[in-house]
Amino acid sequence: MFCDRCGGDLAIGTHEGCEAARHLEPPRYCVHCRRRMVVQVTPTGWTARCVEHGELVS
Amino acid sequence: MSDILDVARTQVLDQGIGLSEEQALECLRLPDERVDELLDLAHDVRMKWCGDEVEVEGIVSLKTGGCPEDCHFCSQSGVFDSPVRSAWLDIPSLVKAAQETAQTGATEFCIVAAVRGPDERLMAQVRDGVAAINAVVDINIACSLGMLTQAQVDELAELGVHRYNHNLETARSYFGNVVTTHSFDERIDTCQMVRKAGMELCCGGILGMGETVEQRAEFAAQLAALDPDEVPLNFLNPRPGTPFGEQEPMTAVDALRAVATFRLVMPRTVLRFAGGREVTLGDLAERGVRGGINAVIVGNYLTTLGRPADEDLAMLADLKMPIKALAKNL
Repeated sequence: MFCDRCGGDLAIGTHEGCEAARHLEPPRYCVHCRRRMVVQVTPTGWTARCVEHGELVS
Repeated sequence: MSDILDVARTQVLDQGIGLSEEQALECLRLPDERVDELLDLAHDVRMKWCGDEVEVEGIVSLKTGGCPEDCHFCSQSGVFDSPVRSAWLDIPSLVKAAQETAQTGATEFCIVAAVRGPDERLMAQVRDGVAAINAVVDINIACSLGMLTQAQVDELAELGVHRYNHNLETARSYFGNVVTTHSFDERIDTCQMVRKAGMELCCGGILGMGETVEQRAEFAAQLAALDPDEVPLNFLNPRPGTPFGEQEPMTAVDALRAVATFRLVMPRTVLRFAGGREVTLGDLAERGVRGGINAVIVGNYLTTLGRPADEDLAMLADLKMPIKALAKNL
C-alpha cells in the first residue's frame, strides 16, 4: 500500500505529515499502485481517478 | 515624527486616501504589540468605506495542470515535478459547481484555467460554460484564464463575464524570483485591457513567498496603482514538487499585519481572503475579517481544500456581517 499524498511506501517511514496535510488536500496517488491520479477539485468536493483502480469521490 | 496610525486615522479613515508605499512600510514594521491596534483601524476603514457586507465567492478549475509557465508557487506548472495531473472539467460538472456555489449564498463564481493564455479550445469551453451557467444559475461569473489578447478581452466582456482575475502575484522587484516565463509588464497589460473593456478587475497575489517587507509595501502600492475592484490575498501554501515547496508558511501575525496594511493602502477595494489562509491563519482568519477583509472564497480552492462553506458562513453570522446580495451589473 502507498501513501495517497506522497506516493511513498506506507511500510517505510512515517507519513504523519502527509496525514495531517491531507485534511486540506485531496489524494494524489493511488494507494494500490502508486499511479498519479487525475484529480478534480470542486467547491464542495473532489474526485480522484486511477486508470487501473477506478474513481474515488469525497 | 507623527505616529503612522494617527496619520492613517486622518488620511485613510477620515479622508479615504490610501497610504503610500512608504506609509505602508511603516505599518508593516509596527511591532507585534501594535498589530491589534492596526487591525482595529483597518476594520474601521473597511466599515466606513465599504460597509459591513461580505462578498462570498466560489472558484473552480476548468483546466487543471500542465501549464507551460513556471510560477514557482504553483503545483499546476508542467515545468515542475508536481503530483498534479492534467484534467478538464466538462460543462455539466462546471454547471453543478456553479449551482453548489450559489447554494452557499455566494454571488461570485470564478472559472479558472491553468494556462499562459486561452487557446481556441479553452475559449470555446468558456463560451459554452458561461452560457450553460447563465441558463440555470443566478450568479455573477468571473474568469481567470491567464494573459489575454484584446480580441479575447472583448469576447469575455461580450459574454457577460463581469470580473476578470489576473494577479500581479508579487512586487515588480521580486517578480523575477517567482516567474521567469513571462514578465510583470505582460501581466499589467492584461489588467489594463480588462479595465478598458469595462469588466471589473480582480488583481492580487500571494504573500509569504520570500519577499521582504519593503517588497510587500511595494506590492501593495503597485496594486493600488491599478485601482482594482477586488484584491485577492493568498498566503503561500507550499506545494510539493514546486521550487517554493520547502518554504515555511508566513506567520499568522505577519499575515494579519499585511491584511490590515493592504486595507489601509486600498480603503475602497474588495479585499478577499483567498488561498492559504487555513494553513497560515487557522482560526485567526476571523481576526482578519475584523481587520480589513470584506470578501472570502468559500469551500475548496483549485487543487487544495478549504474550510467547509458552512463554517465560514457561521463565522460571518457570528460577526453579524451580512453576505452581499447578488446584483448583476452587466
